[in-house]
Amino acid sequence: MIIYGVALLAICTLVGLFVGDLLGVALGVKANVGGVGFAMLLLLFLTDRLKREGKLVPVSAQGIGFWSAMYIPIVVAMAAQQNVLGAVTGGPMALLAGALATVGCFVLIPAIERIGRPKAVADASVPTPNEP
Amino acid sequence: MNNSLDLLVSTFAKNGLLTAFAVVGITIWLSYFLSDRLTRGHLHGSALAIMFGLLLAYIGGVATGGKNGVVDIKLLSGIGLMGGAMLRDFAIVSTAYGATISDMRKCGLSGIVSLLVGVVLSFVIGAAVAVAFGYTDAVSITTIGAGAVTYIVGPVTGAAIGASSEVMALSIAAGLVKAVLVMVGAPFCARMIGLDNPRTAMVFGGMMGTTSGVCGALAAIDPKLVPYGAMTSTFYTGLGCLMGPSVLFLATKAAFGA
Repeated sequence: MIIYGVALLAICTLVGLFVGDLLGVALGVKANVGGVGFAMLLLLFLTDRLKREGKLVPVSAQGIGFWSAMYIPIVVAMAAQQNVLGAVTGGPMALLAGALATVGCFVLIPAIERIGRPKAVADASVPTPNEP
Repeated sequence: MNNSLDLLVSTFAKNGLLTAFAVVGITIWLSYFLSDRLTRGHLHGSALAIMFGLLLAYIGGVATGGKNGVVDIKLLSGIGLMGGAMLRDFAIVSTAYGATISDMRKCGLSGIVSLLVGVVLSFVIGAAVAVAFGYTDAVSITTIGAGAVTYIVGPVTGAAIGASSEVMALSIAAGLVKAVLVMVGAPFCARMIGLDNPRTAMVFGGMMGTTSGVCGALAAIDPKLVPYGAMTSTFYTGLGCLMGPSVLFLATKAAFGA
């Protein structure tokens, strides 16, 4: 049932946010520390496991898929409630921060791509040394 | 006549979330239509829709003098619920479902390195620009740096560490610049970095991270490469959301004080 997927997603999100809050208190940051990230990892591990056990049927997965498809619309709604008027005064900064980060990362792609590349294409399936 | 108009406005306001779905849906339809007709898909519809969102927020700010974009317009207050923290976190977590652990392993070492380098380098560059523009508090510097990671990581980090709405909007704008640049620029520079195979596509996704930017660019380069770049960029957002409010914030705090 679709609600199973939605519930699983809700449980992962709640657990992740709770862990993030706990970590925030432990670190004295007065913030949720990485809660969304933990929730994503939790969902990833749980769905991977349930799929391998054949327990996550496609209909249940639709409950997750729906929200995944709603991600961009929700981001649009999120963008529509920001204080853009206030941000406009700092316009050049946003432009520069975004542009420099893009260019800086883009030019490094070939160098990163070389790391751990197998010598021949046929070796592509050989695991890298730090994998168990 | 005036009475029925009042009634209509009150119906929309009472069913705020439904109004939000309708308004956002129409915005996205219009964006994809314009993306298709005016840019022949080069500027991805989702990026255009987000720009419309920011533009509407600007108009809302000018019209009401408030700080919450269109949410200050009573008719559109439901946008606040739709784009609020609860549904935002819920939807972001759901995107992790697109990736699998076995695929993650296939990425190998360069995929993992690209994720870490991509997040940290983007953050450092964004934070450096924030400092250069005179920001001195760790919360603002971190939020703007996180915005240079992606337009998701920026507000997630900002919300977690208590940044002001102006800084959040700036960080979204920085992330948006990145998404648009990747989407528009990468197809022209693809040959320069050998972006024509799954492996490089994964590194590309890991370095750039911005999912809509990466998917838009790869769709323009070679649609077969989209899932590879999308996979690493999915992890990028998660890693950014994990690192932004934690290690990156703490490091910034250590460097710039409270």
